[in-house]
Amino acid sequence: MNHTSPDSLLEQALELVAESGDTRALDDVRVRFLGKKGALTGLLKQLGQLPPAERREAGQAVNRSKQVLEAAIADRQGELEAAALAQRLAAEAVDVTLPGRQHEAGGQHPVNRALDRILDIFAQLGFSVATGPEVEDDHHNFGALNFPEHHPARAMHDTFYLPDGRLLRTHTSPVQIRVMSGMQPPVRIVAPGRVFRADSDQTHTPQFHQVEGLLVDTDVTFADLKGLLSDFVNAFFEDELEVRLRPSYFPFTEPSAEVDVRWTEADGSPGRWLEVLGCGMVHPNVLENCGIDSEKYTGYAFGLGVERFAMLRYRVDDLRLFFENDLNFLRQFR
Amino acid sequence: MKINHHWLRSWVQTDLDAPSIAERFTLAGLEVDEVVPVAPALDGVVVGEILTVEPHPDADRLRVCRVRGDSEEKTIVCGAPNARQGLKAPLATLGTVLPGGLKIKPAKLRGVASEGMLCSEPELGLGDEASGLMELPADAPVGETLTRYLGLDDYVLDIDLTPNRADCLSVRGLARELAALTGSALKAPEMDPVEAEIDDRVEIVLDAPADCPRYIGRVIRGVDVTAATPLWMVEALRRCGMRSLGPVVDVTNYVLLELGQPMHAFDLDKLEGGIRVRRAKSGERMVLLDGRDVALDPDMLMICDAQRPLAIGGVIGGEDSGVGADTTDILLESAWFNPASIVGRARRLGLATESAHRFERGVDPTLQRLAMERATALIMAIAGGRPGPVLEQVDGGHLPAEVSVDLRPERVNRVLGTELEPGEMVDILERLGMQVSEGNGQLTVSPPPSRRDIAIEVDLIEEIARVHGYDRLPTRRPRGRLRLIAESETQLPERKLRHQLAARGFQEIITWSFVAQDELSRLGLDASAQALANPLSRDLAVLRTSLLPGLLKTAAGNARRRQQDFRLFEVGTCFQRLDQGFREPARLSLLMMGRVHGEHAQGAGNKIDFFDIKGELEHLLALNRTAGSIRYLPSRQPWLHPGQGAEILIDDSPSGAFGQLHPDCLAAFDLSEPVFVAELDLDRLLRVALPVYRAGSRFPAIRRDLAVVVADDVQAAALMDAIREIAGEKVEKCFIFDEYRGPGVESGCKSLAIGLIIRDLWRTLTDREVDSLIEAVVSGLEKRFSAKLRG
Repeated sequence: MNHTSPDSLLEQALELVAESGDTRALDDVRVRFLGKKGALTGLLKQLGQLPPAERREAGQAVNRSKQVLEAAIADRQGELEAAALAQRLAAEAVDVTLPGRQHEAGGQHPVNRALDRILDIFAQLGFSVATGPEVEDDHHNFGALNFPEHHPARAMHDTFYLPDGRLLRTHTSPVQIRVMSGMQPPVRIVAPGRVFRADSDQTHTPQFHQVEGLLVDTDVTFADLKGLLSDFVNAFFEDELEVRLRPSYFPFTEPSAEVDVRWTEADGSPGRWLEVLGCGMVHPNVLENCGIDSEKYTGYAFGLGVERFAMLRYRVDDLRLFFENDLNFLRQFR
Repeated sequence: MKINHHWLRSWVQTDLDAPSIAERFTLAGLEVDEVVPVAPALDGVVVGEILTVEPHPDADRLRVCRVRGDSEEKTIVCGAPNARQGLKAPLATLGTVLPGGLKIKPAKLRGVASEGMLCSEPELGLGDEASGLMELPADAPVGETLTRYLGLDDYVLDIDLTPNRADCLSVRGLARELAALTGSALKAPEMDPVEAEIDDRVEIVLDAPADCPRYIGRVIRGVDVTAATPLWMVEALRRCGMRSLGPVVDVTNYVLLELGQPMHAFDLDKLEGGIRVRRAKSGERMVLLDGRDVALDPDMLMICDAQRPLAIGGVIGGEDSGVGADTTDILLESAWFNPASIVGRARRLGLATESAHRFERGVDPTLQRLAMERATALIMAIAGGRPGPVLEQVDGGHLPAEVSVDLRPERVNRVLGTELEPGEMVDILERLGMQVSEGNGQLTVSPPPSRRDIAIEVDLIEEIARVHGYDRLPTRRPRGRLRLIAESETQLPERKLRHQLAARGFQEIITWSFVAQDELSRLGLDASAQALANPLSRDLAVLRTSLLPGLLKTAAGNARRRQQDFRLFEVGTCFQRLDQGFREPARLSLLMMGRVHGEHAQGAGNKIDFFDIKGELEHLLALNRTAGSIRYLPSRQPWLHPGQGAEILIDDSPSGAFGQLHPDCLAAFDLSEPVFVAELDLDRLLRVALPVYRAGSRFPAIRRDLAVVVADDVQAAALMDAIREIAGEKVEKCFIFDEYRGPGVESGCKSLAIGLIIRDLWRTLTDREVDSLIEAVVSGLEKRFSAKLRG
């Protein structure tokens, strides 16, 4: 048995630790010196053969070397792991400026985008949403709304008919009749939906969307209508727009009005009056047709074209774009 | 209604200019669409007179004229063939800029100096007569500016009248309105009765007194139809959009514009017997003034003589009874027709006449005699003639009764939110020509007979609001009683669904509700299609029974625009004609085309296939907890690929279908790449389940996998159902994680790898318990599906 000193073994081991290029080589060093059959372990086992007086000192010397070596291995282990990680990370690097893997984003149609915004604003004021059928009868679309039979007012609406005399609703106003025929005031609704007119040119499409609003209660005046619509227009456009009401004629409201806003173009050119809404106080005949006491209750109604609001809000200059469904157009509104 | 400013102002004491009047009208509900100058600016153009005409020394076609214009005589070289001594024509003096941009400067034409220009109509923007100089009447004052002489500093107001304001379809009506709005006085021209000079009478019989309760006729003999209509009348007609057609017709048109009473003139010689006003007989025909031979409907009111129809009352005259080039004696008509007897008839004949436009909206029933006197006087002044007596037939019982409306001042304030005094209301109403009396705290109001739109109290409230000015009415900020709008948690808002789809890459579209019949038939979806009675075109002729045609057309359009990978959806109403009644199902449709994800530096995505669209649907249903048990079955929809189409059943009721579009349909819609589509019942999708907490098991789950070989036509879903039924609720989850056909599996069969997650709510299961459960499953599958465990 050769008597190697712990110090020389340590020196030899530290050299090997320093030389080890990966964790496996390092582990070999650990096994060779610190393993069950390792050299330093062997020295400990030989302590018994020493004279008792020397044992203590020799044991301490071996343990010191062991500790130093263990610390050195741990350090080296750390270094090697860090180096390996750095290498792996370097290998995994990507060009982060490349686009992500995805399909094209979807989106809302701009008309529905504007519609949602309109309904949100009215919801804040407690208007609930009501709907009605798109194929209507003459009674709901005209008669009950105080359009006399054969009246020229009917010619204001180019109506699509079915062969049996039913028709595609020309406005969302029939929903007024359906709602009021089923309940007594207070009524506070908005009725969004698709409407149809047999008309197609640069500024008309045979179908478009309207929102009808209706409020009937015991103390409703024209002043309330003015206040509501002015607040609505300003909320929708996020702007303090000048709003004016101008007398007009609808068979189902009286007094009736068109609502104009003073509109500033994107280029800042001076404002011109643009018609955006029709409205009025619900005609007493309409209330009576629905079984509501027109002496006790008054109400107002308004109707707006959603496409009109979408065009102004998003600066779309051609109505027909909304129905061409060109993805290059639609994707600008998502 | 077009009306020129000069004419209107001649009736009202006002200094307002045309734009100001337009503004007043618009803010009172008479919307003025535009205000157009009747002529371009013609500064520097004056009435000139040609004193002498000499030939040009150096040019055959030119002549040298001495012209008197503004101050001194000028030499002007002119090429017009009608340049002659004594002619009065417009002279553009030096410095004038003509409407075309030409500036008049001193010039030499072939050596002769010219100091101005004599003008033709087109050179001044005044007409189309380009053959020579514009000829002015001999009495035109030399040196007067042309603008002043012809009254060209005038504007035309184009007013978009609402159908209730028939009273404003005339100068008189508009003047009354303007006077009421501005508080200025009216100044109507004198219209005195014209005494009869002859005693010619024509019998008038009212056979349909409800349709025509008043008919006034008058004979005028010896009319010179070749007389020229004076310039002022021609100009008035032209500015209001009418052409000059000879003195008699010009006068009836002038009176129509001036007073609002449509009139007609018959050639007396062509009448056989008197006038009879009656409904058309069935089978009757006549040739209209426009030359068309039309069949008459029994609800049309006819003006006839003893033999035949002469005119359709209030709509249009006949070709052979009107005033012609050799007419000398006429019968003038001024009648009142009931609007209900006129409305719609002109439109039915494809006509839009000024007369019908007024009668169907309602003419003042007291106006006929005044109009007759006015027309008589004008015709005599222009074309001479001797008038007979005014012949009037009236059925008073059928004339509109005088209206009297009660008005409560407090009701006015209640509707408008105002605090107007009754005196202010009375003032407004009286300015509108209404007679007001007070008593018992309320007003009793009689509107003038022209205001046939005033019948009930609220009509007067509107008048007060209108004339007072909407801008002066108070405004009140929104207020009201608070009220909760309760929305059910088990009803998914449609908007949420749309946002979810957008988040999954679907772009929303909105397509027409009408489609072409063959677009539906190509998809086999035309059985319950409803056609429109009056479609705009064949492409938009029937109501859609499905959203698919719109979706496919949109996809094809975008594919043509080189879009490759996209996903579309539409939410909308479809229409189904049923044996009895009609249905409007709300639907959601999806379309996927191209690849799962677009091209990328690290490789393009896979082509979209059946399981991509199914995955999207499952995702949607799971995300929203769609209510009901969901099953899928192979679909037989004609628009789907027979091997890649599925029906979706929710609680066993069919709720939609999806899959690959049938290749035939693909071609029919001009698509070349495979397309995957879905169409679903929207209401079903929006019905969602409320989450209810269930305690989960705290004991460990065990996974067992087994592979079974079954015949090809065994459906995965059936296999899964059977396993759940056999193993009961201990099977927490079972799923297929591999499907294999090929070597090792006999042909006509497939191997399915099934994963089972087994767990008990109350305890840990032993291996033996799990083994026996699996054995039960295997033997059950063997019994039901002849499934064999794959070795």
